[in-house]
Amino acid sequence: MRQRESVIFTLFFPVLLLFIFGSVFKDTIAPGVTFSQYFVAGMIASGLVNSGFQQLAINIPIERDNGALKRLRGTPMSPIAFFIGKAILVFLSMIIQVVMLLAFGALFFHLHLPHSGALWLRFTWLVLLGSACSTVLGIALAGIIKSGRGAPAVVSPFVIVLQFISGVFFVFSSLPSWMQQFSALFPLKWLTQGMRSVFLPANFASQEVAHSWEIGKIALILIAWLVAGTFLAMRSFKWSRQ
Amino acid sequence: MSAAIEVLDLRKSYGGQEAVAGISLSIEHGEIYAILGPNGAGKTTTVEILEGFRSRDSGSVFVLGSDPGSLGIHGSAWRNRIGIVLQSTSDAAELTVAETVHHFSHYYTKPKDPDSVIELVGLTDKRDAKIRTLSGGQRRRLDVALGIIGAPEILFLDEPTTGFDPEARRAFWELILALKAEGTTILLTTHYLDEAEALADRVAVINAGKIVEIATPETLGGRHLAKATISWSENGATQKKISENPTQDVIEIAARFKGDIPELTISRPSLEDIYLTMIGGKE
Repeated sequence: MRQRESVIFTLFFPVLLLFIFGSVFKDTIAPGVTFSQYFVAGMIASGLVNSGFQQLAINIPIERDNGALKRLRGTPMSPIAFFIGKAILVFLSMIIQVVMLLAFGALFFHLHLPHSGALWLRFTWLVLLGSACSTVLGIALAGIIKSGRGAPAVVSPFVIVLQFISGVFFVFSSLPSWMQQFSALFPLKWLTQGMRSVFLPANFASQEVAHSWEIGKIALILIAWLVAGTFLAMRSFKWSRQ
Repeated sequence: MSAAIEVLDLRKSYGGQEAVAGISLSIEHGEIYAILGPNGAGKTTTVEILEGFRSRDSGSVFVLGSDPGSLGIHGSAWRNRIGIVLQSTSDAAELTVAETVHHFSHYYTKPKDPDSVIELVGLTDKRDAKIRTLSGGQRRRLDVALGIIGAPEILFLDEPTTGFDPEARRAFWELILALKAEGTTILLTTHYLDEAEALADRVAVINAGKIVEIATPETLGGRHLAKATISWSENGATQKKISENPTQDVIEIAARFKGDIPELTISRPSLEDIYLTMIGGKE
């Protein structure tokens, strides 16, 4: 976290993307809904993936290669403390990112902040569940990746493709149906849909593929990924290269 | 009190290749014990099994009375009593020396004072420097600082002075001897013979995963019993004599000269000569 360039780039990249996409695509995709509003909702979901999944899956293999993890393993520090520390770090950077996206979106791209307590509550559990999912899956993938040097080459394309097919860069309902079905296997699609339910007008639900926000289904799928990710992370985590 | 480290018939293979092929050793409390051997002899594998980083195929291992291969929930209490200096690390580059040492002190129940540890390893001038700006030798001394911050009963040092200049090595040896004086048991792996000779109470020479010999540096390979070579200059040529009784022989030679014997040396085989014979004979 002391590497200023990396911190600034990580935090500002989604805002930069928001600025570019929001400035280029100003079309209205439904009555009262512009693409930039749609895009902000997706970018908030993406922000959770970037600062959790992507950061951990890249940084943990690097820390494994340079001996940091092995050195820690040789101290009395409990492994649980290590994972809690990582989770707190991820969560703080997510909060900063989400706040920046909300502020930029509201100031420049007509993002409507949630207008009811119920929507704020839904936003809160989406952020919590999404970030927990993102964290455990990042740790799980880090265990599978062999070298720190190769990690960005594996993780970054994966995340970008996921963003394209999950309704971040394109309107999800305009994607081919096979792509929609494929992306429905992964949590990002559900997280973006949840964020749209918070930030877009209630009647936009009819424009979704299922003609509904599917809130219950979103919660179930994210919880399933959280459980599977936790299990995978515990199985795959390695403290040193062998 | 039982030995600090007790290893019996330790074995470990990688893909059918036996890296450790039946090693037994016993290290007493307060001893500096050096494991000497060429690269790939099994030194690091052995030490990493003792440190709890690697599993073993067979044999028994006790470090401070616990089996590092099955620590379970006692792992934290056990690690609180040991210190580990790994072979090479390049982590935490953006933190300062003082921040890192202070941070690691919080992992232990009875740490040493971080500032006095920084002083002890000679990094006081660098305490506010970021780790990535340290030289290789300074970086290694920081590794040692992190290894001893918890006031360990056993300190593992894996090739600690690789890449040091001669002056830094001398300073490092003094540090290790100071830790021994405090009662720390030290297990050192090295491929530097002078290091083993300067520090170790006992040396185990290993080659191809097996122990070749365990002895004090002075008696390794029967060095203390070996014959001396007397060399001097006489009649314009270098003369040599292999002698079982060098004192008597030198007195006889001296009688032929009025004063000094020109270019006189008396030498016994160096640790290096003995060691090369030992590992050469095994290959």
